[in-house]
Amino acid sequence: MIAPRTHLDRLEAEAIHILREVAGQCQNPALLFSGGKDSICLLRLAEKTFRPGRFPFPLLHIDTGHNYPEVIAFRDRRAAELGERLIVRSVEDSIARGTVRLARPDESRNRHQSVTLREAIEEFGFDCLIGGARRDEEKARAKERVFSVRDEFGQWDPKNQRPELWRLYNAKAPAGGHVRAFPLSDWTELDVWQYIAREGLELPSIYFAHPRPCVRRGGLLAPVTELTPAREGETVETLWVRFRTVGDITCTAPVASRARTIAEILRETAATTVSERGATRLDDQTHEASMEQRKREGYF
Amino acid sequence: MDTVLRFLTCGSVDDGKSTLIGRLLYDSRALLVDTLEGIERTSRRRGATAPDLSLVTDGLIAEREQGITIDVAYRYFRSGARTFIIADAPGHEQYTRNMVTAASTAQLAVLLVDVRQGLTAQTRRHALLADLVGIPALAIAVNKMDLVGFDPAAFEAVVYAFEEFAEASGLRARRHYIPMSALLGDMVVERGEHLPWYLGPTLLEVLERTPVEDGAREKPFRFPVQWVCRPREATDPLLHDYRGLAGQVTSGTIAVGEEIVVLPSGRRSSVTAIEVGGVPRERAVAGDSVMIRLADDLDVGRGELLVRADEPAPALARTLEADLVWLDPAPLAPRRTYLLRHGTREVQARIEAIAWNLDVATLERVPAHELAMNDIARVRVKLAQPIAADLYEALRDTGSFLLLDPATWDTVAAGMIRGTQ
Repeated sequence: MIAPRTHLDRLEAEAIHILREVAGQCQNPALLFSGGKDSICLLRLAEKTFRPGRFPFPLLHIDTGHNYPEVIAFRDRRAAELGERLIVRSVEDSIARGTVRLARPDESRNRHQSVTLREAIEEFGFDCLIGGARRDEEKARAKERVFSVRDEFGQWDPKNQRPELWRLYNAKAPAGGHVRAFPLSDWTELDVWQYIAREGLELPSIYFAHPRPCVRRGGLLAPVTELTPAREGETVETLWVRFRTVGDITCTAPVASRARTIAEILRETAATTVSERGATRLDDQTHEASMEQRKREGYF
Repeated sequence: MDTVLRFLTCGSVDDGKSTLIGRLLYDSRALLVDTLEGIERTSRRRGATAPDLSLVTDGLIAEREQGITIDVAYRYFRSGARTFIIADAPGHEQYTRNMVTAASTAQLAVLLVDVRQGLTAQTRRHALLADLVGIPALAIAVNKMDLVGFDPAAFEAVVYAFEEFAEASGLRARRHYIPMSALLGDMVVERGEHLPWYLGPTLLEVLERTPVEDGAREKPFRFPVQWVCRPREATDPLLHDYRGLAGQVTSGTIAVGEEIVVLPSGRRSSVTAIEVGGVPRERAVAGDSVMIRLADDLDVGRGELLVRADEPAPALARTLEADLVWLDPAPLAPRRTYLLRHGTREVQARIEAIAWNLDVATLERVPAHELAMNDIARVRVKLAQPIAADLYEALRDTGSFLLLDPATWDTVAAGMIRGTQ
């Protein structure tokens, strides 16, 4: 008797297949690991893909220098537990080199990650970057292939994507460019949480509800930190919140929540009425197509 | 038991695909508040009174500028126990390659027809492509019924014309015809009030009832080796001789102890272990990604195929008869050598002959000496080394291939194997 496969089993098997295509076709790939929940799932998938062997690629993190310390600590600990190599390149260094110039010192560095990422690609000669992006996150991502070709400036040309048929993935990098591979393309936010629950994956503590000083801004909650102080006229309140997504402090907002366990988060996620990015991104509301524009510039 | 249905939506430009998907998501309550608010904001700015549901799928700047869909957009929603993955394919002829991308993994195609336009060349092309890649079910959505006063005769005329076309071209897919107004919502999720004469299922009911079992488990076992795991870590003597063949079972089943054959070399061995992430299991079935270890230390690598010794083996072919869809803006160069990807195997290949090129408008098989983008042709492909090929009808994964351009590594054509030599 063979147990029937669940939706999560199928998503997992497909993701493993995609990771192995990277290993089989690419000379020098890297896996982007930020300490966020999607890349935590990627690491679990990589274990199922390659163990008992080592991962055939290093982990790479582009650090804006504006990340939550809990997440950075988690990133380092997880990489050490796995015994895999972690490469960190920071936007700070790009600023020092003069390749990133900030218009204002307190400007969000989120967008500038693209430059540091491109520099890391050149430094190591990566021909493929594996990322945890999902198609349900955002409408430009909804149009991206599992294997997405980038030119030498790291740019995505949405009008000129490779056809992608069946399970026959073309992971070959074009001359001077590279490919990005998205094993979680068909996963939804709920799938990710269900996978975390099923696999018992550990997460940075800020994913769970905790009291945090916040202000209400533009319909969202903005965390109050040294980097992101309250603006004039704003009232700081200590609220119970959790993060649905973690990223640069200056542009990631928490949501009001009392969910302190994965089971509670799952219940909230299944009942949610606002999309992950809509609830949490302080930078996506500025323009209908901000994600596409950033992707065209080489953003992940 | 949860099931997944992957379906694509296709049809001519302006037949209302984006509106239909918007309606499907809206009425099945799969749209989130902020998405809806964004749509309402944009609709108001453009002077519309009701939310324009077609904005749900328009993701790219150029798409919004031109008011068309360029690339496949994937959307996810649930209804009851079923998860749906929608691939929204563009209608413009120049983007046919994107439509083929969406079609290759779909279990059903929703083919939009504007009841006022009837069948266009693009409707026929999409129906033929859906059939070519073997999509088992077609839902023909006869849309914009509101613009013909919900006249049953207008619907019947489209059904008649499509059946005639289906017979002439030998379409094999099961066909469901549904009159609807995606704009008003009739017969998409809700039945609405305007089509009392139609007694069949709504579109959502068709989607919910379509069988998703492809029977891949009951077919012969195929396992293209993707990667070989050789830890050789000196510290752990147990791993020193470890050799795991990593891959996804594309069809059939395999269990520990069963005899296998490695193709194309023909060497035999038996399975000593099946593992996922180092954890053993007794067997693996179609769809499972596993690592397989063999009794003999065979030098097996990426590009080889494991099959079971007690099942029909695929043909070792050096020449393929295939239906080819040319996908690249640059036409086929008959003297050039391309790289053929079959499963995980890559061999040099040349198009030796074009038997015919299909004229989509007349369904005629026209003699041809060249192939341009979007052409559908029967060709003979000559291979530098043999591949273990199945027929596409029997086994999709081992019956299909891509052609890559060795200069750019772009995917230039997709092939379905119809015969081997």
